[in-house]
Amino acid sequence: MSDSAHAEDVKKHVRIYIAVFGALAALTVITVAVAYLHLSIVPALIVALFIAGIKGSLVAAYFMHLISEKKVIFALLIFTVIFLVVLFVLTISSYHDQIGGHIVP
Amino acid sequence: MDIPYTATARPDTGVYNAKVGIWLFLASEVMLFGGLFSAYIFLRIGAPAWPGMLGGQLYKTSFDVLNVPIGTFNTMILIASSVTIVMSWASLMMNDFKKYKRYMGLTILCGLAFLVVKAFEYNAKFSHGLFPADGNFLAIYFTLTGLHGLHVVGGIIVNSYFWGPGSKMWKTDPKRFTNRIEVAGLYWHFVDIVWIFLFPTIYLL
Repeated sequence: MSDSAHAEDVKKHVRIYIAVFGALAALTVITVAVAYLHLSIVPALIVALFIAGIKGSLVAAYFMHLISEKKVIFALLIFTVIFLVVLFVLTISSYHDQIGGHIVP
Repeated sequence: MDIPYTATARPDTGVYNAKVGIWLFLASEVMLFGGLFSAYIFLRIGAPAWPGMLGGQLYKTSFDVLNVPIGTFNTMILIASSVTIVMSWASLMMNDFKKYKRYMGLTILCGLAFLVVKAFEYNAKFSHGLFPADGNFLAIYFTLTGLHGLHVVGGIIVNSYFWGPGSKMWKTDPKRFTNRIEVAGLYWHFVDIVWIFLFPTIYLL
């Protein structure tokens, strides 16, 4: 939140915080309920990560105030996301680069 | 020499310095946990079965190894603590120091409750002879949850300081103290987000 935030604005935000808490709790119950359906790995992965993505976005947007944050913070986050994606791509592509065989579990 | 822009925004960035600092730190934390998550993906896609053989026994799903209801309960605790810490900051913004103390105290208690539940979970694994060295699933489970647990411990220490001796600053420099609580909150929310992704990844998939 910007430094110009006033006490009156904060009072309005408190109601949003409670609503976000309700949404996070509900989404947690949904993700666990879906897991008990024991779907195959691909749909299970999509549903679990989709719900986790929504939950993470809610926390970042409202609790971490990203919804009203300054440009400098977003600039930082864009670089972070780029480096994270590169990290994942490098790791996964290195898996396909190995010489034969499976990793011993 | 005083640290500049602790209470007011720096003109070129538009935010106080500690906020840029904590976001830079969180960016490094994203890479730390990102590295471990990518290790998880690497182990998972290469495994013929997951969790697979652990301590001489074959486990077909993570439900057979981990306690999902307890993990869900811990998720709820951490989500609740995220609300209480943002409410502690909001209380300071509304000049209500008593409410701040109450909400920050609740945040600390939630953090401790999370660790106690995690300790019971770890103990249950150890008592069944399941240790980090007994398979890739357990290795990545203990590494990821252990590192996350250490972050919870760090957060509790910082939050306790701001609840106790550090709260004296409210009388001398309330704006700076409010910013400190926002920064502590940003860290705590990050720890919550890590768990939001960690819980389904390890417990449910």
